[in-house]
Amino acid sequence: MSRGSSVGADVVAGVKDAFAPVVRLVDRFGDHVILMGRAFAWLPRRPFRPANYLEACEYVGVGSLPIVLLVGLFTGLVMGLQAVFAFRQFQLESFAGGTTGKALAVELAPVLSALMLAGRSGAGIATELGTMRITEQIDALESMAVSPVQFLVLPRLVAGMLMAPILSLLFFIVGMLGCYFIAVVVQHVDHGQFVLHTRDLLTTTDVIQGMLKSIVFGLIVILIGCYQGYNAAGGGRGVGLGTTRAVVYASVAVLVSDYFLTDILLRVMSSDTGLR
Amino acid sequence: MNSELAQPDGPTPEAAPAPLAERDLRWHVRVRGLRKSFGPKLVLDGIDLDIERGKVNVIIGASGAGKSVLIKHFMCLLRPDRGSIWVDGTDVFALGSQALARFRRKFGLVFQFAALFDSLTVEENCAFPLREHTKLGKAAIKEIVRDRLAALGLDGFQAAYPGSLSGGQRKRVGLARALVLEPEILIFDEPTTGLDPLATRNVDEMILGAVERYKVTSVVISHDMASVFRIADRIAMLHERRILAAGTVDEIKASAIPYLHEFIRTSGVAAAGATP
Repeated sequence: MSRGSSVGADVVAGVKDAFAPVVRLVDRFGDHVILMGRAFAWLPRRPFRPANYLEACEYVGVGSLPIVLLVGLFTGLVMGLQAVFAFRQFQLESFAGGTTGKALAVELAPVLSALMLAGRSGAGIATELGTMRITEQIDALESMAVSPVQFLVLPRLVAGMLMAPILSLLFFIVGMLGCYFIAVVVQHVDHGQFVLHTRDLLTTTDVIQGMLKSIVFGLIVILIGCYQGYNAAGGGRGVGLGTTRAVVYASVAVLVSDYFLTDILLRVMSSDTGLR
Repeated sequence: MNSELAQPDGPTPEAAPAPLAERDLRWHVRVRGLRKSFGPKLVLDGIDLDIERGKVNVIIGASGAGKSVLIKHFMCLLRPDRGSIWVDGTDVFALGSQALARFRRKFGLVFQFAALFDSLTVEENCAFPLREHTKLGKAAIKEIVRDRLAALGLDGFQAAYPGSLSGGQRKRVGLARALVLEPEILIFDEPTTGLDPLATRNVDEMILGAVERYKVTSVVISHDMASVFRIADRIAMLHERRILAAGTVDEIKASAIPYLHEFIRTSGVAAAGATP
């Protein structure tokens, strides 16, 4: 009897061990949702501190602009080059603009700009809040009856949701300029054909779809950065680990959520997707 | 500021204490049965402690004894597993979030390493609580900050950033920030840790000066016995998760409790101060 119950306990312990990573993942996901909920619960409550929002927008948006524009330009250049060479085999190189534009609008601009955001702003926020945590600055805020979630987290989340789609749009525009330059100026694709086929293939819905994705990506990237910083522990090493995790987790989360978002948006926004 | 404290015919030690739910004339903060654990680690277990109004109350104990954990409960920065803390008849842990925010303004907390906001100047750091909690104009705030800084010998440092200050100066700025809202209770978390003997004496004088000038109740955490005997009116020793002894300085010096006796003796100040 006791042997049987011992075996049973071992089996239960083994199953628990096997599912521990899953439980941890769900647990962490829940923690992020709780932090987000706590932050947005402060949104309609005073004091509003508009300066904090502007500062966060400046940091997340303006600060990330150079790197996003640079990556956008070269993404457009390389995509345009590849498209021209691929389509030239079928005398269809004037389609380079349309196909590149579609790829940029719905996938490359939102995903790559979000990854840039994770590497710059997500990491920066994790480091900043992590340093504030270990030097007791967050405790100091709380001791002065100021909610750290309202003061530090909420403005950054709002800035992420506002700035990410703008960055994505600029990425797309610069990428298209790069594609036009390489196709029309360098590879001598006909300007009229390039513009015509771009108009045919690329729709406003594509651009909106990409910007909707960006809003979610901006939220995810900044939320993960805030979470890792806000919960940092263990001195400088802890802050460093939190920063690394912020970039890695945010990048993975962007790519994973991209699949689900794409599936949802295609079903909702496209009239005939052929999806089952 | 609590004007009652300045009255010469204040409460006598012999007066019977008021019920916990009422304001007591002698005891400002009353801790009852406080128990706190972090996961499996029990840090505080059944703490009973009274903090005397208008006096310097020092909590001593070995590093890691739970002193900082205990004082964080005073302002409800941590919540206990069990027990209660009463401040002027108010059960701290029964307060709602808005009442708690108002209640925290009774306290000024001076952190071990000051916890100044790196991105703000000395003046902005000190002005922060006033900007958050009052409707005072810029000129009035500037004047209050200048007054507090001047009282602590820091007039002229308004434009400096915390990174350019010495350890002692940072602690004084931390105190100035804690004083701007005229708290009733000042808490110092290991104020002399890491300071040289002269800087330690300066910080001691700063604490005594603040108590004298602003008539506040002070709670100081320390294990620097030379400093403790210079500033304390009352001492409580935290050992093995409980209050081992509490009383006036003379009572503590005369105590026959072996651990307390050893703690004071090994600090090297007992020979000079234990015997009157």
